[in-house]
Amino acid sequence: MTPEETVSAPNPIEQFELHRIFPLEISGIETSFTNASLYMLLAALGVVGLMVAATSRKSIVPGRMQALAEMLYEFVANMVRQTAGKEGMKFFPFVFSLFSFILIANLIGLVPYSYSVTSQIIVTFAFAALVITLVVAYGVYLNGFGFLRLFVPHGVPLPVLVVLVPIEIISFLSRPVSLSVRLFANILAGHITLAVFGGFVMMLLASGGWSLLAPVPLLAIVALYALELLVACLQAFVFSVLTCVYLNDAIHPGH
Amino acid sequence: MNLRIISTAIAAENAQETHLGVGAEGRAHHEGGFPPFQTENFAPQIVWLVVIFGVLYILMSRLALPRVGGILERRSEKIASDLEASRDMQEKAQAAAVANNETIRLRREEAQAIGREAQQSTAVETLSRRSRAEAEASEKIRAAEGRIADAKMQALANVEQIAIEAAGSIVEKLTGSKVDKDHLSAEFRNVKSS
Repeated sequence: MTPEETVSAPNPIEQFELHRIFPLEISGIETSFTNASLYMLLAALGVVGLMVAATSRKSIVPGRMQALAEMLYEFVANMVRQTAGKEGMKFFPFVFSLFSFILIANLIGLVPYSYSVTSQIIVTFAFAALVITLVVAYGVYLNGFGFLRLFVPHGVPLPVLVVLVPIEIISFLSRPVSLSVRLFANILAGHITLAVFGGFVMMLLASGGWSLLAPVPLLAIVALYALELLVACLQAFVFSVLTCVYLNDAIHPGH
Repeated sequence: MNLRIISTAIAAENAQETHLGVGAEGRAHHEGGFPPFQTENFAPQIVWLVVIFGVLYILMSRLALPRVGGILERRSEKIASDLEASRDMQEKAQAAAVANNETIRLRREEAQAIGREAQQSTAVETLSRRSRAEAEASEKIRAAEGRIADAKMQALANVEQIAIEAAGSIVEKLTGSKVDKDHLSAEFRNVKSS
């Protein structure tokens, strides 16, 4: 085995590949159960385990897991109330499901050899599209044509509006893109970086004398891992806060 | 020993095979591009995402969140009712303390009244006893004074008698004749009145 062969071995992209566990097709649409589906299921089960199983005793003085579930509940409830107001509490179950699912999926994705659901642009885009569709549908249902006031900031003189309205429209249209790409790119980049540094460790270990330097990228992985934990929580939070902000726009379009 | 060498060799071969396999797979995927951008992967992910997230949403909105919300509400109600109960107790305790102080004040007043009354009645009794004693004493003094005056009169009367007798005997001695007693006493009265 030559060192070049070992060098080419670690592939940082390999972790994002989709493996079909049960190939399946229903009326022309591929519905194979893949590793992504498995980890979506695990994330959902994690949320259900925390929110349903841990609260089954309904005790006045909570145990550890129930306290965690209550913390999560109050955290998201406060977030929705502060960002989207009292009327926004209608969407609390939706925002809660979104936040907890993305959070648990991100955290499970950080377990070595696991799969990161949110590293797939199609998943994050599906969520973003769902959010924007909900915002537009609810905004039009609630305000009718008044929803278009969203593009006309209140109390701005007419000459400025000529410039501002197109900018507002463009920013609104770019929301689903920015929302989905932000989450996707953060998770993807983090995992690639971790894999690349892991590759450095392997390459150094296989390179004879340089193997003494192998602990250096290993320590970097530890530091990066801590950062990725932060990113996993932060991106789930950012996604949900932005969802609340957009919902607030639908409820109060006049700024 | 031999077996171990053979098994190590097999393991190494297997590793090489898998390594090659991974390489081939990697190359195959490189034709399709970067995995997250492979469009043939989109449909299965979206389908499963919709199903799983849909079920998760229903479970959260129907079961988990109302339950947790109920727990939190029940807890805050319990805390509020406990606080209310403790406030009631405190009020009761304060009322009891006020009533107790009131009772103490009343009893003290009663005690003072009883003391004052006792003092007054003693004073009145002392006064009446004293006046009675004084009256008795003055009665006695008056009786004694009467007796003294009587005694004095008696004594004076005796003195008159003695003087008359003495004068009679003096006259008898000097004259040798008996003087009539009534005459003497009349003479005595004349002398005395003049």
